[in-house]
Amino acid sequence: MEALTDVVNAIVLLLNFVVVPGLSYGSQLALGALGITLVFGILRFANFAHGDTMAFGTMMTILATWWLQSKGINLGPLPTALLALPVGIVASIVLLVVTDKTVYRYYRHNKAIPVTFMIASMGVMFMTNGIVRFVIGPNDQRFLDGERFIIRARDFKTMTGLNEGLSIKLSQGLTIIIAVVLVAMLFWFLQKTRTGKAMRAYSDNEDLALLSGVDPDKVVLVTWIITAILATIAGTLYGLDKSFKPFTYLQLLLPMFAAAIVGGIGNPIGAILGGYVIAFSEVIVTYAYRKVFIYLLPQSLEPEGLLQLLSTDYKFAVSFVILVLVLLVRPTGILRGKVL
Amino acid sequence: MTNTRRTQLAFALIAALLLMIGFVQSWNVSLGILNLCLISAVMALGVNMQWGYAGLLNVGVMGFAALGGMSAVLVSKAPVAAAWDASWGRLFIAAVFFAATVGVAVLCYRKLAPGRQRSLALTLVIITGLALTRMFLDPAISDIESIEPAKTGFLGGMGLPIIISWAFGGVVAAGIAWCIGKVALGLRADYLAIATLGISEIIIAILKNEDWLTRGVKNVTGLARPVPYEIDLQNTVWFIDLMRWWHSGSLSTMNQPEQQQALKQFVIDGSSIFVKLCYSGLFAGVLIIILLLSIKALNSPWGRMMRAIRDNEIAAGAMGKDVTRRHLEIFILGSAVIGIAGAMLTTLDGQFTPTSYQPLRYTFLIWVMVIVGGSGNNMGSVLGGFLIWLVWIEAEPIGVWLMEAGTSWMDESNALRLHLIENAQHMRLFFMGLVLLLVLRFSPGGILPEVVSKQNH
Amino acid sequence: MSFLSGENMTGGYGGADILKGCSIDVNEGEIAVIVGPNGAGKSTAMRALLGMLDLKQGTVLFRGKDISQLTPQDRIAEGIAFVPQTNNVFTSMTVYENLEMGAFLRDDDISSTIEQIYELFPILEQKKDQLAGELSGGQRQQVAVGRALMSQPAVLMLDEPTAGVSPIVMDELFDRILEVRQTGVAILMVEQNARQALNIADRGFVLVIGENRHTDTGEALLANPEVRRSFLGG
Repeated sequence: MEALTDVVNAIVLLLNFVVVPGLSYGSQLALGALGITLVFGILRFANFAHGDTMAFGTMMTILATWWLQSKGINLGPLPTALLALPVGIVASIVLLVVTDKTVYRYYRHNKAIPVTFMIASMGVMFMTNGIVRFVIGPNDQRFLDGERFIIRARDFKTMTGLNEGLSIKLSQGLTIIIAVVLVAMLFWFLQKTRTGKAMRAYSDNEDLALLSGVDPDKVVLVTWIITAILATIAGTLYGLDKSFKPFTYLQLLLPMFAAAIVGGIGNPIGAILGGYVIAFSEVIVTYAYRKVFIYLLPQSLEPEGLLQLLSTDYKFAVSFVILVLVLLVRPTGILRGKVL
Repeated sequence: MTNTRRTQLAFALIAALLLMIGFVQSWNVSLGILNLCLISAVMALGVNMQWGYAGLLNVGVMGFAALGGMSAVLVSKAPVAAAWDASWGRLFIAAVFFAATVGVAVLCYRKLAPGRQRSLALTLVIITGLALTRMFLDPAISDIESIEPAKTGFLGGMGLPIIISWAFGGVVAAGIAWCIGKVALGLRADYLAIATLGISEIIIAILKNEDWLTRGVKNVTGLARPVPYEIDLQNTVWFIDLMRWWHSGSLSTMNQPEQQQALKQFVIDGSSIFVKLCYSGLFAGVLIIILLLSIKALNSPWGRMMRAIRDNEIAAGAMGKDVTRRHLEIFILGSAVIGIAGAMLTTLDGQFTPTSYQPLRYTFLIWVMVIVGGSGNNMGSVLGGFLIWLVWIEAEPIGVWLMEAGTSWMDESNALRLHLIENAQHMRLFFMGLVLLLVLRFSPGGILPEVVSKQNH
Repeated sequence: MSFLSGENMTGGYGGADILKGCSIDVNEGEIAVIVGPNGAGKSTAMRALLGMLDLKQGTVLFRGKDISQLTPQDRIAEGIAFVPQTNNVFTSMTVYENLEMGAFLRDDDISSTIEQIYELFPILEQKKDQLAGELSGGQRQQVAVGRALMSQPAVLMLDEPTAGVSPIVMDELFDRILEVRQTGVAILMVEQNARQALNIADRGFVLVIGENRHTDTGEALLANPEVRRSFLGG
């Protein structure tokens, strides 16, 4: 009986520190990577401004949240930010559509090479970053309200009588649910609607799509709109879960790129898969397993060190190493995407 | 307008701006900007080699600059004897194990046939090797870090003159670039960009966390200088005499006690300007040497081949040029130049702060310099380095001034006004992006476009 | 007056002119074939009709209307369908979705057209839920032609439909093309397999370095000793 409790304790420990954080971080990455992969599939360039699009959308959501809070409007246990999301989404749609019209469209019509698009996206990145810092400043911003937890560790312990507690933050639960709903909607859109099919066709074979009468400007417009929606929601969820700081969104660029490429760039299912692969690798490699082994091993074999493969500060290295391995072994990604 | 004429005009403009800053703000500010302009120009030259000559998209500039900065620490700091005494045995064994791991892994990779067996063997070798290495390294590290953590807590450096670190930084950056290039250069442009972005983040993470090497976020301060200290100059007879001579005109109009007072002020002001001038001389020397070598290399058969590869990789490959090898060469060279600049920067700062490395400032800003200056043109990169740094620095006071002027009709304590003024500095990011996009759109060759001389056709 | 005609077309892709006063035309219910040696500008002539290159001279008429200034997309909307030589299916989409994409510009019910296509190419019905990228070369060509027919075009243009398929598949494809002609569609084809193509052609155009060398019925061209000697290998 005792042995069984130890095993359950170990499992709860892993659930609490690996599975739940991995799932929610993975969902955030997946939504971000979806935006990158869509832009790559349709516009055929690696969008360096994507992290800052997320920051921008999140910032607008935060501003709207603050306004709602000041009016005393809230969603009870749910964060007010959910109510403010539409504002952020509309704002980032406007941002992306304006940048497309003023920046990218010119290069598209002149059939510029992808590298030119990429450098242009660096310029957009600078500008967006400047706007975000100018409006909201470079510092941490808090905008989370409502309930903090779905389950608290303490309650879990009293409920189950276990040594280890399982806590699930509301933001984590929301992240996972919203990600599932969004992804389902996205796939329904891509698979079933006329515009969605046109997007897939355009991504698959641009010339043939044009020969079939697909309007490229419309496809591109829809792509930006979807990207804006995904980026804003992903950014807001990340901000609710961790915190909002303009700089962290620039840092998210690397794991998001890694997720998109690892899954197979241009392939939406790949982006989701890649998001979870990257997130779980980061969490698994940087978690200290000492306590888990204390539960599982007899006392005589109790481990000395932390049993941590890598310090948490090296989580970038994890996404990067996976990226490099995939590039070397299978350049098209786990689910065959386009070769860049 | 010919390119030469453009070059002269552009640099005359820069000189005028610097002089203006000297007269309006102060010579200290002006020289401070000039020094960073010189370093930026060297960095831009490095990026231009990779991008302009060979079309390689290195978005990891920050990492190589940081490696240069680390070199400055490792070269100039005195070794911490206690740390070495406590750990050298274990460190040595760890190093041996590490080298053996790499050796055996490479051997496995070469000798075994590709397949599942090889992957398994490789994984096994790497895991065992790293575990053994860490068995000795981890206690050694904790020993090192426990020795006076507030003051040292690291191995220290070689205790050599810091100027040697400029070369050393180049070598370290080149070595890392070789490793990266071996892995990433076979990939297409987009992947290389993302891969280098990742590597630079990893380098910064290592520098932040490996306290035994660089003291991590505790920073290394008080790096030795290659130039005199102001305080020493102020007590040196020849310098005081120099100042007396320089200012003899204004001094002669004063009476004795006034003269004494004024001279003291002149010496204090002069010493800081003198130090900055010394740096300018050193940096300019490095810049000129690298620039001359770059220009020579670009016009050599090697440089022509490089551009041929850039313009048509497939054709050049079909003509028997070893494209990957040439790319590796230029990637290493460009990274070395960035490493040199990074070491110079840390030398100028006198301290090494890993947290100060931000991609916007150290990677993307350098890219703006190269694109705006003119990719493929060395003079263009130098110009870009100067111009963009000037704008980057001066955009801040100008932005604040504009905001103040624009909101002067508001109340002093108006929240919006305060916010605008406080955050005006961030608008320079916006302007940098705008400048980049405008140049890319309306003058894709940059201010000084690449010159393709007739004989090369 | 022909249904679709390009008259005196001159132009290229920006460099030297590939077409030099070349004229091509096709009528309803007719198969016209463009043949000629490599580099004669066969595919270019077809692309010129579709508006994929800028013509310096010449006009393209469709149903008596000058469409020279229209973009390729607009010409497609007018009722011209084109099957490129390569990359002519959406590999990541199912056969059914490929057919759907062919009817992208149509607002009406497409189920009866799909039935017609299935009748013409029965294999497509069997494989309708398979990804087009997983099909064999011959099957892909059928998907490609099927996709083009989904728009119910008045003119169907095929760029070397039999390139890279086996002789048996080629014969079958030509049979299908003959069936398509029966529905009254005008068919214009560029072909490397000149002899077989001229066999089913109502009219043939022999192009040499961007100019018309011979223009006649398929039968007559096959019988012409000069054509036989120069272009059909004796």
